[in-house]
Amino acid sequence: MATRHDTAAPPAKEGGAAPGRPPVVPTEAEQRHRARLSRRWQRDKRWSPYAFVSPFFLLFLAFGLFPLIYTGWASLHQVELTAPTDMTWVGMRNYTRIFDDDFFWNAAKNTLTIGIISTVPQLLMAMGLAHILNYKLRASTFYRVAMLAPYATSIAAASLVFVLLFGRDYGMINWALHFAGIDAIDWQNDKWPSQIAVSSIVIWRWTGYNALIYLAAMQAIPQDLYESAALDGASRWKQFLHVTLPSLRPTILFTVVVSTIGASQVFGEPLLFDANKGASGGAEHQFQTLGLYLYEQGWVNQHLGRASAIAWTMFLILILIGIVNYVISRRLRASS
Amino acid sequence: MTTTTTTAKPVEPEDAVPTARKVRRPKSARAGGQMHGGPIAYIVLGVFTIVSLFPLVWTAIAASRDNNRLAQNPPPFQFGSNLFHNLDLAWNDANLGKAFVNTTIVAGTSAATIVFLSTIAGFAFAKLRFRGRGALMLIVIGTMMVPPQLSIIPLYMMVAKLEWTDQLQAVILPSLVSAFGVFFMRQYLIQALPDEIIEAARVDGASSWRVVWHVVFPAARPAMAVLGMLMFVQTWNDFLWPFLVLSQTGNPTVQVAVAGLGRGYTPDQSLIMAGALLGTLPLLLVFAIFGKQIVGGIMQGAVKG
Repeated sequence: MATRHDTAAPPAKEGGAAPGRPPVVPTEAEQRHRARLSRRWQRDKRWSPYAFVSPFFLLFLAFGLFPLIYTGWASLHQVELTAPTDMTWVGMRNYTRIFDDDFFWNAAKNTLTIGIISTVPQLLMAMGLAHILNYKLRASTFYRVAMLAPYATSIAAASLVFVLLFGRDYGMINWALHFAGIDAIDWQNDKWPSQIAVSSIVIWRWTGYNALIYLAAMQAIPQDLYESAALDGASRWKQFLHVTLPSLRPTILFTVVVSTIGASQVFGEPLLFDANKGASGGAEHQFQTLGLYLYEQGWVNQHLGRASAIAWTMFLILILIGIVNYVISRRLRASS
Repeated sequence: MTTTTTTAKPVEPEDAVPTARKVRRPKSARAGGQMHGGPIAYIVLGVFTIVSLFPLVWTAIAASRDNNRLAQNPPPFQFGSNLFHNLDLAWNDANLGKAFVNTTIVAGTSAATIVFLSTIAGFAFAKLRFRGRGALMLIVIGTMMVPPQLSIIPLYMMVAKLEWTDQLQAVILPSLVSAFGVFFMRQYLIQALPDEIIEAARVDGASSWRVVWHVVFPAARPAMAVLGMLMFVQTWNDFLWPFLVLSQTGNPTVQVAVAGLGRGYTPDQSLIMAGALLGTLPLLLVFAIFGKQIVGGIMQGAVKG
């Protein structure tokens, strides 16, 4: 794009912005000055957008992309926490080592099950809540704020509270369950109960947040879609099925992706839920997630190279999930 | 919820006024279109409100008891008399004074920087035309999909090399960037900032920076406040990265300090709960005051354009 002086100057004559001002013939010096100004103006207009977006990209390169790639590089080396700068090339050995490790597969399985039992009920409940909140209600702001209060609670505080609530002998949840005739459950040491307990912390913190995101999307659905559906004789349930859900598809996809990423990273909850405060995720590794396994390998066993291999495996799994998600959503779109 | 799911009855036009109102009221054809929620809606919401708030109330109750009285059946539901004693102990035990100062510095710096950078970048994406805009915006959205935790190992090596372990800049620097923030400000500025105002400023000869200072920032102020609060909450609650680079007693953030309370052979539960309460209280206060704006902000950021 060449600098065009003629269009850069404000069109005083055509616009009528300055009516009645007699045309002034500028002197040569003034013309040069104007040309310089307009060149500067053009330059500013052309480059300032890049100046505005570059800090984001520079920071992302430095603290997001570069470390991610470097993690891949480190995963091919033997690196110890004690001397993080000494790297010895070992090729794929870190990967074969972790794939041979039963604890890796255990952690992968736990991450998957905890991910499912925390994400699925969470998003379903959020959807139901959003639907209810979409009605005209008294004090609706109060419910929204109250539901979001767990989001303001940190993982650390929430996990510690839930440890107490899920206590075997004096925990409130077992106490409440005994009224239903259920014997005390060992929430920390039994496999499924402990995974459910860890998931419940996630569910508690994020359901309200997701409900608000669904609610926002629901409020953006044009009302006449419902009106015409109602005129066609669609029941409330049918309206929800055939108007609300299809309109929410992009939002649902978004929350599924975000929750999946979150679920693959679960770390603080199982770390703090452990009575022994170790990184093993319970005495039998019954709720050790991949995030916790990564921490154990890197910071407890001090093998940063192996931890990097775990990180990259997690990343590849996420990409895979992303592709599957994309394919499914395309299928859905094509079929509808 | 209570109104039955009957389909639209044919409404006779210009009928007698009372019947017309009766027929019309429950239908979505009514002006505004929003349906009233019935008792079931209130019951469900009530249950969820209790479930949401109960653990927080219980934290306060547990923090006010003494440890022996906490281990009992049924669990105590009333406040005890030890609250201030426990808060005092937790405060000193976990170095919470320092932790609060640290967390305020970290969260404040991060939130302010994110808001500033997100506003200028969001403005460029919303209102300026430049080559590669669409592709760059796609990259921004794409970066939201990259989990930041997967970068911790090189970051840790970097911090170790720079000898920044236990120093706050190690926590602050990686948290200065937020793709969500850019996306959020873009969404807001697209509709909140009319193109004519920018054009008018440009015709008056304002440079891009002047436009940002005198037009964009004033227009974006409400969204900047909301984004600032969201980012403050997020950074305040960050756990994994501060946990890795900061020690639990030397120079912790609040979350790291609170997490450290549970250690030891016979952890004092009410002490832990007092620490958890102290760590959560400031944010709950922010929520009590600005909850409505924060809710609005999350909902605003959720809608795509």
